[in-house]
Amino acid sequence: MSDATLGEICVVAVADTFRGDGEIFASGMGTIPMLGARLARATFEPDLLVSDGEAFFVANNLPVGGTDKEVEGWVPFRSVFDTLWGGRRHVVMGASQIDSFGNQNIANIGAWEKPKAQLLGVRGAPGNTINHTTSYFIGNQTNRVFVEKVDTVSGIGYDRAAKLGDWVKAHHELRRVVTNLAVYDFNTPDHHMRVASLHPGVSIDDVVAATGFELVIPADIPTTRLPTDEELTVLREVLDPRSFRDRELPA
Amino acid sequence: MADKRMTEDEAVATLSDGMTIGIGGWGSRRKPMSLVRALLRTDLKDLTIVSYGGPDVGLLCAAGKVRKLVYGFVSLDSIALEPHFRLARQAGSIPEVVEYDEGMLQWGLYAASLRLPFLPTRAGLGSDVVKNSPDLRTVTSPYADGEELLAVPALTLDAAFVHLNRADERGNAQFLGPDLYFDDLFLNAAAVGRRFLSAEKIVPTAELVSGGSFHTMKINRSMVDGVIEAPNGAHFTNCQPDYERDEAFQKEYAKAAGDPETWKAFVDTYLSGSEADYQKAVAAR
Repeated sequence: MSDATLGEICVVAVADTFRGDGEIFASGMGTIPMLGARLARATFEPDLLVSDGEAFFVANNLPVGGTDKEVEGWVPFRSVFDTLWGGRRHVVMGASQIDSFGNQNIANIGAWEKPKAQLLGVRGAPGNTINHTTSYFIGNQTNRVFVEKVDTVSGIGYDRAAKLGDWVKAHHELRRVVTNLAVYDFNTPDHHMRVASLHPGVSIDDVVAATGFELVIPADIPTTRLPTDEELTVLREVLDPRSFRDRELPA
Repeated sequence: MADKRMTEDEAVATLSDGMTIGIGGWGSRRKPMSLVRALLRTDLKDLTIVSYGGPDVGLLCAAGKVRKLVYGFVSLDSIALEPHFRLARQAGSIPEVVEYDEGMLQWGLYAASLRLPFLPTRAGLGSDVVKNSPDLRTVTSPYADGEELLAVPALTLDAAFVHLNRADERGNAQFLGPDLYFDDLFLNAAAVGRRFLSAEKIVPTAELVSGGSFHTMKINRSMVDGVIEAPNGAHFTNCQPDYERDEAFQKEYAKAAGDPETWKAFVDTYLSGSEADYQKAVAAR
C-alpha cells in the first residue's frame, strides 16, 4: 500500500503527460506542473529539456526553489517564443475555466469588456495551444471551473482548432487535463473531454458533481496509477524536499 | 560625440497628451520605474501604453493616465495579479483595451521596428483575442499552402522607456541579467527623438566591454536618444544582478492598492515628490 499523497499522485499524472515526448522543452506553469516535468525528465523521459522558470535550461535535478543550477542552455523569453512557435515544446498550464472541448480561460471572469474579476490576461495561451502540445493542471476542480462555456477563450479547444484549417488540425493537441480528482483526455471521436482515470478514493459521482458539462464516461474507468517507489524517492528527496507539492491543492 | 545624458523629467517633457508609449521589461522585472514615476508627476493624459505589464501599468492606471492599454498580460510575478490593473479593468475605467497573446505583442513591435505594416502568425487565431480586437485582420498565404494567418499590425510607438544595467553617455547599453526581454524592440519601434534609456550606472564605453561578454551589448547608440542615470531606477521591480525585486515593498504596494485611503497614504509617502524623494522614502523604511 502506497502512502502517496494527492499532490504526489498529481505530479506523477502530470509527468505521465510528457511520456514519449523525447527531446523537447517540457514546460510547467506552477509547482505541480513544474515538478511533473522535472520528474519525467529525472525518470522515464531523460531527453526532455526543463527550465529553471527564468531563462535557463538546467541539466541537474533542480529542486523547487533551488538555486544550484547546472545550466545547459540559455532560453530568454524570445527563445521560448521561437521554441514554441517551432513546436518543440509541451506546456502544462493552469486554467481558471475549461470547457468540454478544452477551451481554456486564464484572462478574466465575466464579460471581457468589464470583467467581474480581471485575471492574468490571455498570456501565451493562444500561441501555445495553436503551436504545440498542451496539457492542463487544475488543483481545484469544481463546476465553476469545468464549465459549459468559458468566459474568454485564451487557449483554444478542439472545436475551434477544427475550424482553422489543416495545419492547425495537424499540430493542435490537448493531451490531458489533470485535476485534484481525476485525469481526463480528448480521445473521443469528436474530441469531447473524457474521464481517463479517477484518483484513488474518487467516485465518478464526485467527478460529475464537479463538472458543469457532459463528460464522456467510459464503461470501465481505471484508477490513476500510484507513484512508483523510485518516483516517490526522487520527488521527496531530490526535487521537492520542502514539500511544496501539496500546497496547490485543497486540504 | 553627442552626450545624451538627461533627467527623467527632461525625458517626459518631450511627450504630449495622447501619445503611445512602450515600456520595456517584463512583469515585475527590470521596469524603467523612475521614468514611469516621472510620468506620474506630469499632467500628461490620454496615453496609450504598450507593455508586458507589471506595476508600470498598475501605477499609470491608478493615476488615470491611460486611455488605451495594449498588453499580453499584467502581473507582479510573485503576486500573480496586478491590483490596480484589476481594479481599473473591473471598473471599466480604461476606455480602450487591446489584449494580445504575448507573441503577438512581440510581433507587433517587431513589425514596427522593421517598418512593416504587419507580420503574420498563427498565435491568436481561434482565441477570443480576435473577438475582442475586431480590428484585427487575417492574410492569406500567397503560396501553395494558401493558409489563412493573423496579420498582427505594427505597434508603432511615439516614445519608448527601457531600463538597463549599464550605459555610456552616448546610449550604448548593456544588460547583465538573464534576459533582455523585448527592450531592443521597444526602442526600435519608437519614434526617433523619444527613445529613452535609463541605466543603473553610466560608465565609460570601455567598461561596457570589460563589464560583461559582448553578447550583453544589444543596445547601440543609434537606438537611443536620451540616457538617464537612475540608480535603483527599476525599484521595486528587479534589476538582476544589481538587485532583486523588493518583495516587501511590492507587498506593501499591493496591499495599499486594496483601499483608497491606504493608497492615498502610499502616494503621499512615496509618490508625491521627486525621484530623489522616492528613493529617500524607500531607504527610510
